[in-house]
Amino acid sequence: MRERIRIASAPFDPEEEMVRFRAQLADAGAVVSFLGLVRARNAAGAVTALSLQHYPGMTERDIGDALNEAASRWALEAALVIHRIGDLAPAEPIVLVATASKHRRAAFEAADFLMDHLKCRALFWKCETGEGGRSWIEPRTDDYADAARWDG
Amino acid sequence: MATLLFFGRLGDLAGGVERALGLSTALSVADVIGIIEQSDRLLASALAEERVRYAINGTIVDGEALIEDEDELAFLPPVSGG
Repeated sequence: MRERIRIASAPFDPEEEMVRFRAQLADAGAVVSFLGLVRARNAAGAVTALSLQHYPGMTERDIGDALNEAASRWALEAALVIHRIGDLAPAEPIVLVATASKHRRAAFEAADFLMDHLKCRALFWKCETGEGGRSWIEPRTDDYADAARWDG
Repeated sequence: MATLLFFGRLGDLAGGVERALGLSTALSVADVIGIIEQSDRLLASALAEERVRYAINGTIVDGEALIEDEDELAFLPPVSGG
């Protein structure tokens, strides 16, 4: 499986990344992509800024492990993970996951698995600033339950 | 010098992500938290919370693991990405 991990400290262009992702494919019949955007509102009101931290080296290795697990569970031709760090504004792309496989099911499931990992297991810390003040975000109970679907 | 790294809200409590700690002998993670407690009880109690994980040189360890001079000890609170 071809794989690429990019921790981006500046905005990235998801469309350009998807063109590049597709260009490398030889035998895929299915491409699934997920793009996460910074939400403009949370429960406390408007969000003005989001700041993301990672642990250089360890974060990349952990995502690499998740990609290896995805490759062992599904027949993937390629997978891509781009995750922003630093300061982001509402509506900015924060994460892009793309998977490619011969048939759609593997690509859907692998992208779902990778996003669940990125949401609540990968080494990122997210701090929101807005009407409700400044607060470090933790995954919701649903996020943990989603990630646990792939265990065992 | 050993390097201590405080991520997420722990960095707010520590007043920064990174801190240096001189070690003349190997200490456990729990010992390091004990040293921090002498000057900063709030930070030490946050570090000792059950949901905070520890990593030495990029590998997850438990509180008994030993850290030596030149090592990097990271305190990892609950993560959140995407």
